[in-house]
Amino acid sequence: MAALTKEETEALIQEVLEVYPEQARKDRAKHLAVNDQSLEKSNKCITSNRKSQPGVMTIRGCAYAGSKGVVWGPIKDMIHISHGPVGCGQYSRAGRRNYYVGTTGINTFGTMNFTSDFQEKDIVFGGDKKLAKIMNEIEELFPLNKGISIQSECPIGLIGDDIEAVAKKANKEIGKPVVPVRCEGFRGVSQSLGHHIANDAIRDWVLENRDGDDSFPTTPYDVAVIGDYNIGGDAWASRTLLEEMGLRVVAQWSGDGTIAEMEKTPKVKLNLIHCYRSMNYIARHMEEKYKIPWIEYNFFGPTKIAESLRKIAALFDETIQEGAEKVIAKYQSEYDAVIAKYKPRLQGKRVMLYVGGLRPRHVIGAYEDLGMEVVGTGYEFGHNDDYDRTIKEMGNATLIYDDVTGYEFEEFVKRVQPDLIGSGIKEKYIFQKMGIPFRQMHSWDYSGPYHGYDGFAIFARDMDMTLNNPCWKQVKVPWKTAESSDVAVAASA
Amino acid sequence: MALRQCAIYGKGGIGKSTTTQNLVSALAELGNSVMIVGCDPKADSTRLILHAKAQTTIMSLAAEAGSVEDLELEDVLKAGYRGIKCVESGGPEPGVGCAGRGVITAINFLEEEGAYDDELDFVFYDVLGDVVCGGFAMPIRENKAQEIYIVCSGEMMAMYAANNIAKGIVKYANSGSVRLAGLICNSRETAREDELISALAAKIGTTMIHFVPRDNVVQRAEIRRMTVIEYEPGHKQAQEYRDLAIKIRDNKNFVIPTPITMDELEELMMEFGIIDQEDESIIGVTAAAEATA
Repeated sequence: MAALTKEETEALIQEVLEVYPEQARKDRAKHLAVNDQSLEKSNKCITSNRKSQPGVMTIRGCAYAGSKGVVWGPIKDMIHISHGPVGCGQYSRAGRRNYYVGTTGINTFGTMNFTSDFQEKDIVFGGDKKLAKIMNEIEELFPLNKGISIQSECPIGLIGDDIEAVAKKANKEIGKPVVPVRCEGFRGVSQSLGHHIANDAIRDWVLENRDGDDSFPTTPYDVAVIGDYNIGGDAWASRTLLEEMGLRVVAQWSGDGTIAEMEKTPKVKLNLIHCYRSMNYIARHMEEKYKIPWIEYNFFGPTKIAESLRKIAALFDETIQEGAEKVIAKYQSEYDAVIAKYKPRLQGKRVMLYVGGLRPRHVIGAYEDLGMEVVGTGYEFGHNDDYDRTIKEMGNATLIYDDVTGYEFEEFVKRVQPDLIGSGIKEKYIFQKMGIPFRQMHSWDYSGPYHGYDGFAIFARDMDMTLNNPCWKQVKVPWKTAESSDVAVAASA
Repeated sequence: MALRQCAIYGKGGIGKSTTTQNLVSALAELGNSVMIVGCDPKADSTRLILHAKAQTTIMSLAAEAGSVEDLELEDVLKAGYRGIKCVESGGPEPGVGCAGRGVITAINFLEEEGAYDDELDFVFYDVLGDVVCGGFAMPIRENKAQEIYIVCSGEMMAMYAANNIAKGIVKYANSGSVRLAGLICNSRETAREDELISALAAKIGTTMIHFVPRDNVVQRAEIRRMTVIEYEPGHKQAQEYRDLAIKIRDNKNFVIPTPITMDELEELMMEFGIIDQEDESIIGVTAAAEATA
């Protein structure tokens, strides 16, 4: 169907808002917008990072999810204690597909759940003693761990446990980093505050560990990859390109990452930020304290990859700049072939996205490389600096929705009728039942990687097999066509 | 007779526990079957009944056993003077954990285990001084205590506290059946104390149910970990507690309180000479500044 005009999109937003009570309508109106590329600042059209309305279905997580699930969890050689009752750790265990190399349970611990499993008595009498005991047990049972983080669940903040004191004491006793993180779930409006708290904990408890220690030999080409969680192997597909152009990747934050890499990051020449939302804080801190510049890049789809490689290379000497060109040329035949194969099958298809972090804007280029158009996008927990970066990526008159509610998303989809939706597991089955092809874009629907040239080939294949799957022809029931329902109405009259 | 559940609130240190235990002993003497539930981590609500230093609490036993589900009622319920049943909720040492949750857990345990049996005539909850969180309001929630007695004296802070507690009761009274049943004046021998507390009681919609005079015999009995009723039954102070017990037994005056504003309270105190007329010219002026003025 034809794209909506600006007026039609505006009317759609008004129509969707209509059902809300006045207060909710006023609030939600600020979170829904029609894209206008001429705007420089998103705050002219959209409000973000505000408390969700009670009574709606929101897709957001909590501060604990932002810290344990996103930032800290993937650091593979540390043990992350979910401190509090068992559920938070157990139901988030290994769900994010942060791939890593290592022997789980021996020298890496990514998919395991460590929890203090709070009972009633721990609430009443406090959990500090239990926490100290757990850390001793961890040292005995998993001696190859390189450190421990304490991820606070809600009760820790309520009962006022002094996890900092326990951490300091344990750090002295076991001689490894022990990091207390105050990421109680009730803090903030979404997982976003959890990212910030986690970044601050890295700043306060990790980053200074090798200040004044110059034993690590550096090169002029040292970089750190920040904000790549290696979902389905994303960071690996990215790292290859950086290394092939002549850079040395000293650290991966935090997918397949280690605490040693984090400690060495203040020695690098440049920080490369993929997920700006979750890790811009630490990049800004390193810029201020260690004078390390940082840039954002985008490794989704060949257009953005080439753009990013050149942008990164421009900050180095000619060898790296030549290296970047060589990398782009080397993979050209590969990605041209991918486009040649899939573009004819996907050309002109329209996509709606609703995800978190960097994806609502970063994947647009990859879709466009395949001839597709993103006609609606939004962030679960974005801030206005995310929307600032999104305005130019999206076409005029497309839909922008912040912290979209279940109801709004469904209504938008019914009207816009996209050919594909990319969102999360909670949205997946609703839209599939509506007969619309869907990709789970948090975990790449158990596929990936999607980053880099290798990832683009998989991305294109996945979009094609979802969109052009023959099953979609079967879900539209014959008796519900326009003519037959007219007949039914006539018969019942 | 149906079970009556009463909660005793009041400023910290006002004598809630002492008054409660003496009152309960007098009720027992009158032939009532009574239980005391101590809702304070200090666990000192039953020592005069049990002649004990501090009763082993529900929460400490639960911590030892693993969880509260591992406990039996007889582990926590002790009988003392005249068969008065005693139980302490217990809780953490100061500065750690969540004492409020301890009270909630303990009271839920007592309910589930059937501690509130048909034999009982009265249950008294002796609660920590301030209702600092939801846990310490547990005794006055739906289906718990329906009568609240506030222990106070003619001292300024005790009256502030009493008025604040009345505010808390309004919240629960509007959504449930809890009612203010009266003020118990535990005398500190301030000027015109009985008149003052009666006036305060009238303002917040209740009465001073009894004026308990100050007497050293209370302390003498306490040193022996006994109530006056048990230590020296013939003493006139024992008779005061008996009078209080009878008044409470026969009390029908249960109200939704009408707490007063700070200004009204200060006015009342000025009227009785507890505080002076406020002199605004001295506010925020240091002693040094006064000297040079």
